[in-house]
Amino acid sequence: MARLIRTEKEVEGRYTEQWIVVEEDTLDRWPEGPLDEVGRPAARIDGLQRARGEARYTADIQLPGMLHAAVLRSPHARARVKHLDLEPALAAPGVRAAVGPLSDDIGYPGQAVAAVAAETFGQARAALDLIRVQWEELEPLLDPDDAVSRGELVGERTGERGDVERGFAEADVVVEAEYRTQTVLHNAMETHVAVCEWEARDRLTVYISTQFIWGIREQVAEQYGLPPDQVRVVCRFMGGGFGAKNGPDDYTFIAADLARETGRPVKCMLTRREENLAAGNRNATIQRLRVGARSDGTLTALEGEFVNSTGWSGWLSSTGGPMEMLYGCANVRIEESGAKLNTAPMKAFRAPGFVEGTFGLECLMDELAAQLDLDPLELRRRNHSDHDAVDGRPFSSKNLLECYRRAEPHWARRDEVRARSDGTWKRGVGMASQIWYGGGGPPSYAWVRVGAHGRAVVITAMQDIGTGSATAMAQIAAEELGLPVEHVDVSLGDTARGPYATVSAGSSTIPSMGPAVRAAAADAARQILEIAAQRHHLEERVLSLRGGNVVSADGGSWPLEEITGLLEDGQILGKGSRGPNPTGMRILTFGVQVAEVAVDVETGEVRVDRIAAIHDVGRVINPLGASSQVEGGIIQGLGHTLSEERLLDPRSGTVLTQTLDAYRMPTIADVPELVTELIDRPDEHLTNLGSKGLGEPPIIPVAAAIANAIRDATGADIRSLPITREEMLRALREARDRRPERVGAPAA
Amino acid sequence: MNGEPFAVDVPVGTSVAQVLREELGFTGTKIACNEGHCGACTVQLDGVPVLSCLMLVHTVEGREVTTIEGLRDHPLVDAFVRADATQCGFCTPGQIVSAAALVAANPSPSREEIRHGMAGNICRCGTYPKIEEAISTWRG
Repeated sequence: MARLIRTEKEVEGRYTEQWIVVEEDTLDRWPEGPLDEVGRPAARIDGLQRARGEARYTADIQLPGMLHAAVLRSPHARARVKHLDLEPALAAPGVRAAVGPLSDDIGYPGQAVAAVAAETFGQARAALDLIRVQWEELEPLLDPDDAVSRGELVGERTGERGDVERGFAEADVVVEAEYRTQTVLHNAMETHVAVCEWEARDRLTVYISTQFIWGIREQVAEQYGLPPDQVRVVCRFMGGGFGAKNGPDDYTFIAADLARETGRPVKCMLTRREENLAAGNRNATIQRLRVGARSDGTLTALEGEFVNSTGWSGWLSSTGGPMEMLYGCANVRIEESGAKLNTAPMKAFRAPGFVEGTFGLECLMDELAAQLDLDPLELRRRNHSDHDAVDGRPFSSKNLLECYRRAEPHWARRDEVRARSDGTWKRGVGMASQIWYGGGGPPSYAWVRVGAHGRAVVITAMQDIGTGSATAMAQIAAEELGLPVEHVDVSLGDTARGPYATVSAGSSTIPSMGPAVRAAAADAARQILEIAAQRHHLEERVLSLRGGNVVSADGGSWPLEEITGLLEDGQILGKGSRGPNPTGMRILTFGVQVAEVAVDVETGEVRVDRIAAIHDVGRVINPLGASSQVEGGIIQGLGHTLSEERLLDPRSGTVLTQTLDAYRMPTIADVPELVTELIDRPDEHLTNLGSKGLGEPPIIPVAAAIANAIRDATGADIRSLPITREEMLRALREARDRRPERVGAPAA
Repeated sequence: MNGEPFAVDVPVGTSVAQVLREELGFTGTKIACNEGHCGACTVQLDGVPVLSCLMLVHTVEGREVTTIEGLRDHPLVDAFVRADATQCGFCTPGQIVSAAALVAANPSPSREEIRHGMAGNICRCGTYPKIEEAISTWRG
């Protein structure tokens, strides 16, 4: 029965309270371990379309009569538009419409000022040069500490428990350090793109590369004063998002405005340079951290002041979250500030806040371990918390200690790894833990349709942003219907063709959608068994679906299509919804990674040789796809740790790294040996699946594990990302000056 | 192209990638940076992988262009699917076009040869270990 509840909803660590109607989740839990389809490696159901180049992405959409938009972006970090003249652009070849000024008050370089629609993109781009703008340039604010001291904040938050001063007074050792992380850019291979087409002045179709078709629908409907059902949003194949594609942004409205004005479809697709200028970033952080501990390693106090360079707008992601949540420390105080700067706004980027905050916290823990002469793994075990450290809630499940146990063989390699140090190349092993959200939640709905031919279709308006979530849905439905996965299709990516589904962010697609799909498949299965029972004069309770057949307890077996074939053109329609999250419990994901590195102490070159990742995300639906998610997260983490950095001209704020040769992302040649292990134990309190999300956890501990391995190899304390040769050599120099006996020798 | 002759009438300065995608409707070839840094637009010119976003179409007259559409039945396609070497898939056609040239020249490339031959194709999702596996096992 439907139940109205007021619940806490979490996406990427941001909680909101809202009313939702949920259906009780009454299905029995599946047993642990691989089932017929769920828990077994499955190739992607849409892999062939992608590999054969047949998958139609938003970037590939070409509608009859479609115009192309180009966007004039501010060259200045802070300015006012005093006057803007579109007329010369409107007279240019191929130009059909122009809009602007889109804003008078420019807050960052790359902010959209005007846009042109023309027959070709080249014509639109050429016309931009003809737009005359009179600027009033203003002094930009680019220093985050400066912004905080002037009170120029995007947001601020404090969190406190216990008595931090007393905690530090009780400590035998106090370690204090400042860590900095850089701004990094998402750089999904498909840049931000939307194609907008109006019909009858009050109906709008938006084809868009997005992580949330329903969010786009809502915001576009609001912008144009339309009933949401008159806005259709489509995203069938999607070329990556990583957090940067949760909203419509300027480009969608530019396309829709120009389409309305011209009466023709308009595509607005960002160039790679625009993508790196103004389409979102993981914000830089400054983290001033302090930890106090007794000589046995028990934490007595943790304190952190965090400044996020949020840019002109954006939101304050919780860089202090790991410090509050990861360890059972009684006395914790954090202060977070978002510095409002004249730089492009941040956006969510794969575990926003926690990637940055885990680097600081987990490096600090290893600096503490070195001071205490304690094994870093043992230090973490001693401060493990078996309930939520913030408010004492029980966890729905937590297998971090099991992750630590499974990390032991990787951790035990360190003597052998260190012994392979040779000449100027020093080797070492480091580790870091991971904590993050990923429980998903309602509302999310799915339908399952079974036709006469005994094949099933999962219908839901979710999106697969490249994670393989569609394949996982097919496996779940196949399991419930007793069908091979090849007999299940998934129809997704269209708000006009399926019920509401969750945002694909916050590692929430599988934990939100999976239970709804299972419920829908179970509803369809129940109807099939009712029909079979009547046809063969049996009781429903003796029937089940297995191996593509309806089977009875007394040994009878009928092919599914024989039962569904009775309906001819009739179809069985099952519907399902995501049930509520368990009340009073904290649903989180956990893990640990162990990195092996080699450092040339003369040149500062760092090589990562191996990373072992052990994560606890509840039940694993598709072990093959899951290993790909883990590897992909680690590889993005490698870029974040070693090579990626958005560089700004310090005076003007101009982005210097707009191209993919300047902005250095990992290539296949940069990938070390990667070992993935998943605990694969269903969360017994969470939904009919017991699955959590996996998209974000693997990127979280990478930087700290590498930095800690560097300390193990060289005794040098990395304090800043990326670990360039300059940073590496600085850390080596500092270590040499501070404690000459440790240079070149493994830390304790 | 892909064994068929094509004639197009476009301004000088039009790239091969543009012609493929916009004039001929072969959208399997992707454009991700449009300035020769990422490899998504890779096609083969007389069997050699080239960046079609940087190659002007008038320079390929009379030459053989092979795109992903011409390689759809190449065993590498199945190998990529089997190994889960696609995530979002936007770079995948370019990866397969590069890999097809690699294995044509060297049917059993070593790990190092794969990493050298494929280093020009960026995958932001990080499918690299699976790409390496797909190429190592391409003959099934």
